[in-house]
Amino acid sequence: MNIPKSLLYTKDHEWARIEGKIAYVGITDYAQHALGDITFVQLPKIGEELKQASFCATVESVKAASDVYAPLSGKVLSVNAQLLTNPELINQSAYEKGYLLSMEFSLDAEKTKLMDAVSYQVYVEGLAK
Amino acid sequence: MNYIPHTPEDIRQMLSVIGVQSIDELFKDIPLSLRAKSFNLPEAESEFEVTRLLTKLAAKNATGLVNFVGAGFYDHFIPAAVDALVNRSEFYTAYTPYQPECSQGWLQAIYEYQSIICELTGLDVSNASLYDGGTALFEAMMMALRHTGRKKIILDSGVSLIYRTMLYTYTSNLAIEFVEIPVVHGQSCREELFKYLDDKTAAVIFQNPNFFGAVDDYTDMVERVHKFGALAIASVYPVSLGMLKSPGEMGFDIATGEGQSLGIPLSFGGPYLGFMAVKKELIRQMPGRIVGATVDSDGKRGFVLTLQTREQHIRRDKATSNICSNEALCALRAAVFVSLLGKPGLSELSEHNYQKAEFAKEELARISGVQIKRSAPTFNEFTVLLPQPADLVVQRMIEKGFACGFPLGRFYKNMDNYLLIAVTEKRTKEEIRSLAHSLEAVL
Repeated sequence: MNIPKSLLYTKDHEWARIEGKIAYVGITDYAQHALGDITFVQLPKIGEELKQASFCATVESVKAASDVYAPLSGKVLSVNAQLLTNPELINQSAYEKGYLLSMEFSLDAEKTKLMDAVSYQVYVEGLAK
Repeated sequence: MNYIPHTPEDIRQMLSVIGVQSIDELFKDIPLSLRAKSFNLPEAESEFEVTRLLTKLAAKNATGLVNFVGAGFYDHFIPAAVDALVNRSEFYTAYTPYQPECSQGWLQAIYEYQSIICELTGLDVSNASLYDGGTALFEAMMMALRHTGRKKIILDSGVSLIYRTMLYTYTSNLAIEFVEIPVVHGQSCREELFKYLDDKTAAVIFQNPNFFGAVDDYTDMVERVHKFGALAIASVYPVSLGMLKSPGEMGFDIATGEGQSLGIPLSFGGPYLGFMAVKKELIRQMPGRIVGATVDSDGKRGFVLTLQTREQHIRRDKATSNICSNEALCALRAAVFVSLLGKPGLSELSEHNYQKAEFAKEELARISGVQIKRSAPTFNEFTVLLPQPADLVVQRMIEKGFACGFPLGRFYKNMDNYLLIAVTEKRTKEEIRSLAHSLEAVL
């Protein structure tokens, strides 16, 4: 399973890549694998204010439509419009081309509530048992 | 006759497996004070006795009246072939099959129904049906609230009061702002709509023909609604779509309606049929089931329930709606009815309705003191101003053998002398002339 070292993770299987005050957000390799073929993605509006752990997007696969929760609080800067026509990018490239959105996060302290790659690895292995 | 399928031995075995002595013991957690002491039921009767009782009760219905009542539910002819086909045992269930893909015939029938609704409404996607016109309109409104994330709904007061009441009842615990815009000279008032329309509006809801029977071209209003990022919803009368401009042609985002007029008999409370069609971009907000066509692994055409990921059994509390079934048997009646008529047949049916209503207007206009409201074009229903309260006139007309219309004072203030008259293809010229003569006599 692919869990890049440089990212932060949530228990709901979202990842965040921090670049200064900006966070790129997506769902993990584990999540895309569990969901199966992704067929549709619903993204938030640019400028929308998100709260940590609150609803921000829906990812729909052949099996289920799942809500995605914001890993951090902040304002949506951009969304990955390519997903609207090619939702399978999430399956193919969960951490790069399949990102969902970028946001300007507002509270640095919220990062401490997220897991690093090692903790997430342990967490996911725990789920498998 | 015992209607309980389990034998005493079955029951004994089941109870012993779960370690309980008697069926009563299963209810021991419910305090005695909350348990029903008696259901106050009459003594059991034989099949013959029950038939006799029900026949006697049924005879109280006034079924012999010549019917000019519409108000949302219409007395159309139903060809015998509808019952013959729909009552086939392969079809005769009120439900969507619960192992749907095993029932390819049923899915195909629903797919045909959906295709018919799309053609009639001029929109892209139809669901497999909803309970009735009112619940369909409610679901359409909820779609608009979800889609826009807004809280304000503008309701044209030409929408049936039954539907408006349903919208209010369903949403009484939600923070939704409703604005009702008045009907002026029978039609939607543009100025009033434009006054209240803003970027907080989730949807504007119209009915065509409206409750007074008036037909309108809503294209200009729909354009305006879209400028504010709101959705336009139309509740329509399907038989009228054989000749009127469709909701799709007017630019509406969602069309719903009561499908009773498509081969479903009039009855007090239903079962009726709600239909809904939407533009493609709203498909994921649409409630209920959708049947899709696909090909199997051998490349053969087949049918499946599609987009189920939005539904209750998968999404639980986050489902788009708690509708998890459809009105399958009534939808099938509609599909058979429209298929029997075909496109030219449906146009002809619409034309007959329109012409007969126009004929009735002429006949009634000759009665002194009766005024036909002509400010707006109508389809098969129109408003008449009487010199006396319509409720009284309706009572007197029943004695003459006519259900002569719907007194508008029951739904609208200051309209006690107004009568709403519907004329379907079933009404003969003779019956229409006779209606006029009798009305003249009772006034």
